[in-house]
This record gives sequence, structure tokens and C-alpha cells, in this order.
Amino acid sequence: MYINEFMTEKLREFVDRLKAKNGDWVSEVVEGHGEVTVLVPRESIVDACSFLKNEHDFDMLADLCGGDRGPEEDPRFEVNYHLFSTKHHNRLRLKVLLSEDDPHVATVTTLWKTADWHERETFDLLGIIFDGHPDLRRILLPSDFDGHALRKDYPLRGYEPYSMN
Amino acid sequence: MSTAVENIPGLDVLDQSLESQMTLSMGPQHPSTHGVLRLDLRLDGELVIKAIPDIGYLHTGMEKLFEYKKYQQGIVITDRMDYLNPLGNNLAYVMAAEKLLDLEIPERAKVIRVLMCELQRIASHMVWLGTSALDLGAMSIFFFCFKEREKILNLIEAASGGRMTPSYFRIGGLMMDLPAGFERRCKQFSADFPDALNTFETLATGNTIWQSRTKGVGGISREDAIDWGLTGPCLRGSGVDLDLRRDNPYTGYETYDFNVPIETDGDVWARFRVRMRELYESHKIVRQALERLKPGPIKADAPKVVLPDRDDMRKHMDSLIHHFLIVAEGFNIPPGEVYMPIEASKGELGVYMKSNGGPKPDRVHFRGPSFVNLSALPIMCEGEMIADVVAIIGSLDIVLGEIDR
Amino acid sequence: MGLENNLFESLPDVVTVKLDAVVNWARKSSLWPATFGLACCAIEMMNTVSARNDLSRFGAETFRASPRQADVMIVSGRVSRKMAPVLRRIYDQMPEPKWVISMGACATSGGVFDNYAIVQGVDKIVPVDIYVPGCPPRPEMLVHAIMMLQDKIMKESVKDRRDTFEPESRVSIVPGTLPVTEGTALERETEIEVAQHQVSRPYTIPSRHEKRRSS
Repeated sequence: MYINEFMTEKLREFVDRLKAKNGDWVSEVVEGHGEVTVLVPRESIVDACSFLKNEHDFDMLADLCGGDRGPEEDPRFEVNYHLFSTKHHNRLRLKVLLSEDDPHVATVTTLWKTADWHERETFDLLGIIFDGHPDLRRILLPSDFDGHALRKDYPLRGYEPYSMN
Repeated sequence: MSTAVENIPGLDVLDQSLESQMTLSMGPQHPSTHGVLRLDLRLDGELVIKAIPDIGYLHTGMEKLFEYKKYQQGIVITDRMDYLNPLGNNLAYVMAAEKLLDLEIPERAKVIRVLMCELQRIASHMVWLGTSALDLGAMSIFFFCFKEREKILNLIEAASGGRMTPSYFRIGGLMMDLPAGFERRCKQFSADFPDALNTFETLATGNTIWQSRTKGVGGISREDAIDWGLTGPCLRGSGVDLDLRRDNPYTGYETYDFNVPIETDGDVWARFRVRMRELYESHKIVRQALERLKPGPIKADAPKVVLPDRDDMRKHMDSLIHHFLIVAEGFNIPPGEVYMPIEASKGELGVYMKSNGGPKPDRVHFRGPSFVNLSALPIMCEGEMIADVVAIIGSLDIVLGEIDR
Repeated sequence: MGLENNLFESLPDVVTVKLDAVVNWARKSSLWPATFGLACCAIEMMNTVSARNDLSRFGAETFRASPRQADVMIVSGRVSRKMAPVLRRIYDQMPEPKWVISMGACATSGGVFDNYAIVQGVDKIVPVDIYVPGCPPRPEMLVHAIMMLQDKIMKESVKDRRDTFEPESRVSIVPGTLPVTEGTALERETEIEVAQHQVSRPYTIPSRHEKRRSS
């Protein structure tokens, strides 16, 4: 698994530069399986992304996805930003934790246009609200759908018994 | 969703000359939308002013379903996601789990994975070529493409038992070894395929109508392509040199010799050329993989994760116990999270998998290449004729099963 | 050509035959399916038309994009909750006589997708004539289903399949899912009338021959 070590070593440099730029942007760093996850406070996600995009060539947002850690966890929701560079081909994951009472985070559509549909999907399935998103409405589920399907307390078969009889 | 369309900011600017404009709802039942895509087109005569994709008509709740299935049961669901490239989906999911387990798979299994994935890529491109040509009115290419695809499906069926839903790759290896005679049949296919490629080049590439329908249509610049997160042939058609098989290598792709085709125009024709040239490269990889097939184990040495052979179960008590435990309870994966990107036939297929230590995943998210590529459709369509919208959708090679999940 | 000449020379001028037999024979020999692909099964449906499993041998290769020119709907794939009203609307747009083939496990029963998003069987929305098992079924199975449907058509009576105007079917759609086209004032009145008596999901209103079957 020396490849994993090698990968992690390269990614650590970016984390160090991120820390050097502003220490408040990084609240925790988790390493594992050759990947590095940087926990970023909610307020500074756009700044951190902007720094990485403009000065370290992370020019593509490969993926943005939300997650529900469970109804009893305190920061209940998380949003993962998978950054990718088409120049040096490294991947970095930024993570934002959100509480259940206030699931708001600033949008990154200003940096990458591709975030548009990813954020709409996350809003649709998890109910995380992206402040400043130009067109935040449901994307996969019908507009009259009740609830957010990927939350852990949403039952697998839905609320309404889907019987036509 | 007519009410919702009016709420989009920016549209009211267009309402100034409403008497000359009309809104056309294209789909969800339309023969050229490759499934159940719906487009709201704002038209001025035949010019498209704005195109708003409306997706979700095939939303299957797969990501929710993964959380209720054991790791090995999830492989079955991935087949139904991108149903033109099921082995690619299997590979991404399986490799994400293997990455979480730090599992190393044997050499023969890696070679077979590469071989099957490249065959599947050819099959997927065959459907793309056939259907996008059918959309533009060229009927005969469809029959030739499906004839070639049928040969590949027969190979996949021989190996896995399923034509379109193989579930051939398992966590820690393969379902079973290749059957007797597979190599001979595969070599036969590989020998015949250049003839078929010649046919396609004659039917499509040299066709003047085809060229005039595709050249200069649906262009997207290099910067826009990266900004909108395009991947795969759509990105390479815009001149970005990126192929995850070479740049983030997996399953031993770094040891194969192949080129990454690049076109710089960014239009439908460029994407078409990239995919056509990819067929040659895939064929090259298939031939190399066939040469590398050496006898050996196909499952990793991890008895708690990989199902034992039937013979072992009859002879050894512990194999029987392991089999029972894997089937009845599943296996636990240590807590962690990974993002596993692969180069599927349509672009970067990424699997984000998070485990909390149990036999079922905490969260599985698929970053479908079609989903992201489709989101760039509005800027490709703006200013084009309505008849070209069909050509642009065809060139994106979307699969609605993967977009809606 | 030769065959017709021989037939007319040997046949009498007047042939007496059951009307049902003649009409059904004509109907079954030229089935026009609607191009209605949903998911994985749609690819196998395309495969059925392609050169290897030539569906035109059975007179059913003319896939029509418009439901108004089709008489077989092959529901090929899983039907989501968002798609259900659209599917019902397409069914309503097809003129009588019309038949439905439910292709694959997902369309028949929801298949492996027993969750919030998928309708557990398309027979909850439209009446189904033939169920095809498999995930996805092989092209040969779809060909077999078409042949079984042809057998079934031969047993029907012409009287069952009248094309009648159903005012409910015009509005059989969940509001907000598709743009509702502007109708005439008369239709608007019927719409309001129906809306006053409507139940929760109006796309479950049975069409004429469904009513006849259930009674």
C-alpha cells in the first residue's frame, strides 16, 4: 500500500498550503485509503474552494454529494465536495457538517457551474439548502413529493401506501 | 412542470417578444430523447433560445436502496443503473468496497476485468452510434451496430449468465472463471471487429449528410467544458487531455498500451470522432488483455469476504462456515469513506461509499457521467436549430437510468 | 401477383365468415407498438427490432412515436411515481383497440426496486394483457409475448373494442406534473365538473373496456 502513502503525501501539501493561507479554514484532517478529507467550517467553504480552484488548479468539481449521519447525531448532515484537477490529477475531499436545525450552506455554483444540478439533487433528496443557488427546486422527485427521501428517518417504501385500489 | 418553469430567474427577460416565441415540451415520451428525458424548449421560430432539461422520470431510489442491502447485494442494483455499461458500474462499486477493505485482487482477475470492461465499452459505443444515427435518420447503421453488439452480449452471457445485467465482478474478484472456449470466441470477435469498424467508417464518417448534420453543431469551449464538469468523450472532444484510465489508473490499466484520442472542435462531430477512435483503442486493449490471460486464481485470499469454491465447501468445514456467514449475515467493512472514480464509457463514474462498520453501507452515491454531461445541454443548445437538439442529445450519449438513479 | 390470381380463380365471389375472425385476423397481423422505452428493457426491445430477432416476421415492427398511431404499448422498464401519470396519459391517447404488454420484472411487480419511487406493478395504472418475466427479458421472450398477444386478439370480440369519447380521460392527470393544454370552453366545464368529484389520484379512472372487464 505504498501507493496510498505516496498519494497521501502529495495531498498533504495542499492541506498544508490551505492551513498556511488561513488556519480557520481547516478544522480537522482525516486520512485514509490514499484519500484526504478536510473538514471545513460552514462559513469558509466558498473561500477555501475558491483558493484551491484559483491557486492550486483544482479546476473541476468532480462530485458534490450530501449524506445523513443519522437522526441522533448532532451535526446531522454532511456535504462532500470532491475536487479534481485536470492538470495534476489529484483529488481532495472537503467536508462540511451541518446541524439539523439549520441545514444551510453557501452555494459553490459561483465557482463551478456543474455544482448546479449536484446541489439541486442534494436539496431534493436530503433537504440541505444552498444559499444563493439560482434555481433551487426539486430535480428528481415530483414537485408535490412530501419529505426528503435519503434522510435516514424516511422509510424505504415512503409514507403514502402506493395502492391504486 | 409548467408552473415551475416560469419561476426561473432570467426567463422573464425573454418574455419581451412573446408573440414570436413558443414553448415546446419535448418528451418524456419522445423517440429521440433516449428514454424519458423531458426538455422545455423556448423557441423563436426554429431557433432554440433556452432549453431546460426536466429529469427524474426514471427515478428509482437506488441510493436509498443501497443502504438497505448488504454490500454484495448492492452489485445487482448497479447493473440497472447505466444499463448500457453494466460491467463498468459493477467495477466502480466493487472497487470502492475493495478500497475500503484494502483488498488486493489477483492478476488474472484484473486482466479479465479489463478485458470485460473494454468489451462492454465497445458494446456501449455501439448502442450510442446506432441510436444517435437513428435519431438523425440514418437507419442502416443501427442494424450493423446491434449486430456487433449482439456478439459482445453473447460473450458476456457466456461468462456471466446474463446479457445485460451480468453482475460479473464481485468484491474480491470475479463471480466465476471464464468458461471453456471463451478465449477462442473472443479472439474470433477481435479478428472480425476491424471489418465492422470499416463498415461504420464508411456508413457514418464518410457520409456527407452525416457530416453536415454534425459539424459545427452544439459546440462547447474547453473552459466551459471543465466548468460544467464534462468528462469522458464529451470533454476530450473539447480538447482536454484527460482519461482516468491513464491519469488515475486502476485495475492495472497503466500497464496497457493505448492512446487517448483528442479532438479540439468541441462540436457533435468532434465527440463522434473521439468515440469512433476510442473503439480502435478499446479493440487494442482487448487484444493485449487476451494475450495476458494466464491461468491463476480469480478470487482474493480473503475467506471472510470472498465466497469459497464449491469444491472447498464440500471438503472443508471452515469454508462451509464462511459461506454461511457471508450469505446469511454479510461481512463487515471497517468505518471509512472513499471516492472511487473510473473511466466508464460515458465519462467519470465515481462511487462515494461510506461505511460505519456494519454489513450494509451508510451511504452510497453515484456520480453518473450522464447526469453531469446532460446538465451542460442548455448551453450547447442555445442558438441552435430545433432539429439539432436531437443531434446534440445523441452526441452526449446519455442514459436516463444513470441520470435519475 | 401469382398468389392473388390463384386465390381469386379458385374462390367463389362471396365468402361468408365471422366478422370477428376477419377483423381480429387483420388486427393481429399488423400490430403497431408505441415507441415507449423506459429503462433497460427498452434496449432489449430495440434489440427485438434489430436484424438478429427480426420482429417484422410477426407483423409488429412498425414502431410509432405518436401514441395516436399505435395499438400496443410495451411498458419496457420500471415506472416511477413521476412517470405514472404520463404513462396513463399516453395510454389514454392511444385509440381503441389497444393492448398493453408489461415487459420485465420491474413493470410487472416493481422487481428489485421495492421502494418509495417505483410503482409496484404497472397494472395499477393501466390494464395489462401480457406479462413478460425476466430482468430484462430476452428478445425471444418479447417475440413470444407478441405471439401470445396475437392468440389473445383472435379470441376477442369486435364489440369490446369501441373507441368512445371519455371526458374523464382528458383530465386524467395529476396537476403540476405536465403542462395541461388549454381546452375549449366545453371541455373546461367538464374538467371542473370532474375535478369536483375527483378522488385523490385521478389517473386511476378506468377506460371503457376496463369498466366492462371489471363488471
